[in-house]
Amino acid sequence: MSYHSIVMVKQVPDTANISGQVMKPDGTVNRSKLPTIFNPEDKVALELALQLRDRYGGTVRVLTMGPLKASDLLRDCLYMGADEAFLVSDRKFAGADTLATSYVLAEALRKLGPYDIIFAGRQAIDGDTAQVGPQTAEKLGLPQITYAEAILEAQGPQITVKRKVDHGFEILEGTLPLLITVVKDAATPRPFRAKRVMAYKNAHTLLELEKMTEGNSLLYVDQLKEEYVSKGLFIPTLTADDLDVDLSRCGLGGSPTKVHKIESVVLGGSAHETIPATRDGMYALIDKLMEDHIFG
Amino acid sequence: MNENTQKVWVFIEQHEGVPADVSLELLSKGRKLAESLNGELQAVLIGHDLQALAAETFRYGAREVLLADHPQLAHYNTLPYSRIMSELVDRHQPRIVLFGGTFIGRDLAPRVASHTRSGLTADCTDLQIADVTYLRKDYSQLLLQIRPAFGGNIIATIICPDSPVQMATVREGVMEKIPLAQPVDGRITPVPYSPSAADQLVRIIARHHEESKVNLKAAPIIVAGGYGMGNWQNFQILYELARVIGGEVAGTRAAVDAGFIDQVRQVGQTGVTVRPKLYIACGISGAIQHRAGMCDSNKIIAVNDDPDAPIFGVCHYGIVGDVMEVIPKLIDAYKHKLK
Repeated sequence: MSYHSIVMVKQVPDTANISGQVMKPDGTVNRSKLPTIFNPEDKVALELALQLRDRYGGTVRVLTMGPLKASDLLRDCLYMGADEAFLVSDRKFAGADTLATSYVLAEALRKLGPYDIIFAGRQAIDGDTAQVGPQTAEKLGLPQITYAEAILEAQGPQITVKRKVDHGFEILEGTLPLLITVVKDAATPRPFRAKRVMAYKNAHTLLELEKMTEGNSLLYVDQLKEEYVSKGLFIPTLTADDLDVDLSRCGLGGSPTKVHKIESVVLGGSAHETIPATRDGMYALIDKLMEDHIFG
Repeated sequence: MNENTQKVWVFIEQHEGVPADVSLELLSKGRKLAESLNGELQAVLIGHDLQALAAETFRYGAREVLLADHPQLAHYNTLPYSRIMSELVDRHQPRIVLFGGTFIGRDLAPRVASHTRSGLTADCTDLQIADVTYLRKDYSQLLLQIRPAFGGNIIATIICPDSPVQMATVREGVMEKIPLAQPVDGRITPVPYSPSAADQLVRIIARHHEESKVNLKAAPIIVAGGYGMGNWQNFQILYELARVIGGEVAGTRAAVDAGFIDQVRQVGQTGVTVRPKLYIACGISGAIQHRAGMCDSNKIIAVNDDPDAPIFGVCHYGIVGDVMEVIPKLIDAYKHKLK
């Protein structure tokens, strides 16, 4: 049996490279000020989905919710081997917490269904909450297997997965369809395929095509779109209008958690004692720790 | 108990009848929150054969234990546990629900929060009750969910002003475990469970459990390394120092991500919180997420070649220098003085 997977991916700020000016006064993140990367565990999730396709056949589609420039991330997915990519994007979805995010993602997945397996990374490095996967599963009424380390076997509608738990691991057998979140160690993402990069570097969203036609009276966006669709280079964008969403459950307004206060951490003048990095300094330090009753 | 009494719930995680430390820590914190609310602390316990554990929660101030006891619930399984928990939250509308930030808590809490449409904040480092004005509206006695956020130089206070139920996860060690001298006279309320086929859509077919040999919380001395250790080989010198002075080795998130050390030894917001007698921070810059997990140590030594590293703002003894030169000297000095 072959399997149809959808992988939820996210473009995240590279938290290792954060400069000032990233926080907006309302406490949300000014993402435009940050370099972005493919959330590492989502990339592993895509790799696992591609491996499943290599082994059993089927399809791998990817889905991201984010700003329009998240199309970069979707092209990366196509370079790795995804069959199709979808962007969920609308100003009305901005400022969403995990609950509002999972609501929109679940509606988008309903639209893209049917599917056998939904994959996602365990968590995104910009919040580390690990909540969106389980919340999306709950909204779709799907079982979930979190912290997957390996897919051992798939047979008919059953999948066997090894997952991490505190103090060890479990082997679980689940009935499809279900949602799986994946830890970093599960696989090493394959590099981009040169051939695919050549083919898909021209894959574009509608907005990108509109930009290409700007100031060019000979190009019509509808024609262009048709051409891109026929070449398999069109990345569909799903907006609030395309999804049957209740707007009161989307974006900042649909988020039960609110940022009440942000405090910068200002370290007070350091009251510590400086110890010279010398042999004598270390001897003196040991004496002090003996006085403190830590040693001796 | 009055119907309108505000309830603070703690989900009690257990393995074969032994509670997770973090659950007892959360009961201790939940007791304080319940006092602030003039409400009642309650525990939710799901599993099999748990009468003794139910009684143990009374030692931490739980006035009521909601106990779902059934052979099929002996081991954590997402679907039945989240169904039971969601139904209980729907029915009883607790004001606050706390979960440990463990594999189980992080699997369960988001599912329950999604079902009940509650606000949920992960990995809080502090929880308080306060009256809040938000967007010109006054809210009384909200749960302040405090956590370091984004990039590490800010502390965010999250609230759920319009959510009847406020949920949070907290990592092990963040709150202190404080048993009462006298257990409270609590009651056990059985929660009926009727197995359904849907609960078995995911079945556990094998389980491998090994108690972690690492117990950072109990270590009197911790030698910790950060990304500044440079590489895995350099990191090994910390094991030598720890062996000589009788400590455990730990690492920062960055050191774990770089593969210098295993995640079970991670100290900080998304790892474990420790309060040893002595904490030696080597090659650690001191991001807030890390400091949140170690700043209550009795004495802190920081070794870093950057004199402006934030870690020097929380240490008692600061050594500016190359870790790979300083640590051998410290080992020699210790051996000379104390051996």
